[in-house]
Amino acid sequence: MANFSTNEFKAGLKIMLDGEPCNILENEYVKPGKGQAFNRVKIRKLISGKVLEKTFRSGESVEGADVMDTELAYLYTDGEFYHFMNNETFEQIAADEKAVGENIKWLVENDVCTITLWNGAPITVSPPNFVELEITETDPGLKGDTAGTGGKPATLSTGAVVRVPLFVQTGEVIKVDTRTGEYVSRVQK
Amino acid sequence: MTTPDNWRPTASLQALRERAQLYTGIRRFFAERDVLEVDTPVLSHGTVTDVFIDGFSTNFAYSDSGHNETLYLQTSPEFALKRLLASYQTSIYQLSKVFRHEGFGRLHNPEFTMLEWYRVGLDHHALMDEISDLLKALIGAQQTERMTYQQAFQKHLNLDPLSDSTQRIAEVFNDCNIDLSDEYPIDHDGMLQLLFSYEIEPRIGQQYPCFIYDYPASQSSLAKINVDDPRVADRFELYFKGTELANGFHELQDAAEQRKRFEHDNRLRRTFRFEEKPLDERFLAALEAGIPACAGVAMGIDRILMLKHGYTHIEQVLAFPVNRA
Repeated sequence: MANFSTNEFKAGLKIMLDGEPCNILENEYVKPGKGQAFNRVKIRKLISGKVLEKTFRSGESVEGADVMDTELAYLYTDGEFYHFMNNETFEQIAADEKAVGENIKWLVENDVCTITLWNGAPITVSPPNFVELEITETDPGLKGDTAGTGGKPATLSTGAVVRVPLFVQTGEVIKVDTRTGEYVSRVQK
Repeated sequence: MTTPDNWRPTASLQALRERAQLYTGIRRFFAERDVLEVDTPVLSHGTVTDVFIDGFSTNFAYSDSGHNETLYLQTSPEFALKRLLASYQTSIYQLSKVFRHEGFGRLHNPEFTMLEWYRVGLDHHALMDEISDLLKALIGAQQTERMTYQQAFQKHLNLDPLSDSTQRIAEVFNDCNIDLSDEYPIDHDGMLQLLFSYEIEPRIGQQYPCFIYDYPASQSSLAKINVDDPRVADRFELYFKGTELANGFHELQDAAEQRKRFEHDNRLRRTFRFEEKPLDERFLAALEAGIPACAGVAMGIDRILMLKHGYTHIEQVLAFPVNRA
């Protein structure tokens, strides 16, 4: 993999740091008039998800990370691995539980997810921004109560728990924002 | 295929007008005070030895010596202006482009506009008063603040930059969690500089422009050493809203001392494995002939424009930044 000089740093560039692929979130070139130049960089470690700040000497080079995003449809899990398929080439890739992480609760069959590959292997799985899931369990709410009084918890078919308005019932399908874990609306079947 | 649009300016027509208005305001300010506008070469045989300032150079094949000569683009008009001071002993200013071989960023373009002026008979404190007047006229700053370099460190980091040991500075540095890459060489002044950038700059000059003065002598290559405290030099910097705006000195007049400092710079350059720079003998000869007691300051005009009109990136005030030039 190529090396990148700090001059090439910009948001979105993938570099290696402490043996882990990282995504640059922000890069600021700092040069006091009479002082040494440096780059103040905000970085997300792609495996641990940790965000940290690092200071590089301006002009220094770092190793690039072979990281790419690919859009794949979720197929099924065999209990150990989660299988995805490229809808155009039909090529399949298996991600382990570590790569899927907490997003396990948003995986819906046939939904297209963004899989981040490092040296060809999946390291993170990001679900679509919105998913539709069936409610498997929630307390029956009071009829006619449509006001947003804080709502009630509802368990979805994947095991995810979200707060829903009181009028939403077991067996209904709802739309959820996976970035916030919040209820958006009911979905007409 | 779409036409690439990187031929277009990054500054709006409005921003171009604001720049023209600012120039008019600057020239009016100095005309009223009888400070003479001068125009010195941007391309020169001499350059600076500052360890962390690099000039662009080019090859001149038509010199009257018959030899190819290296010419440098000015990193500031300082040496030429001081040669005029030595000859004519009068207050002068220059508003012009300067060039530094540095990166491009939110506050940086390798070619930028500098306002530099020298006031005969003033010291750096009287010059700070004049800068306050200029800021009031240009950007409407109603007042300015002053704090010594030492006070700034004591107030914000409980550290004395003039008497605390390198070890104590290193402890504070580590407490601030400034995470350096393995290749970042850091020494006493380097740590002070990063602490200043990370921990002090964001906390000073937020409401009013703030002068920091009495810099450590080791960070002040063209300033007089303070007569009361030889640990500091008569240098100041101006900060406003996290942006460095100006650097000024009560100017060193001693040619022999100046030569020593240039040679010291070159020794430091060797330790950093940077190229050594030739000394500007014409400038040193002017100091030898004698410049009047004076104070001088260089101000970044692109940044003044940004602050005046609320722009967040320097390219918004430049017709064409380096990546479109």
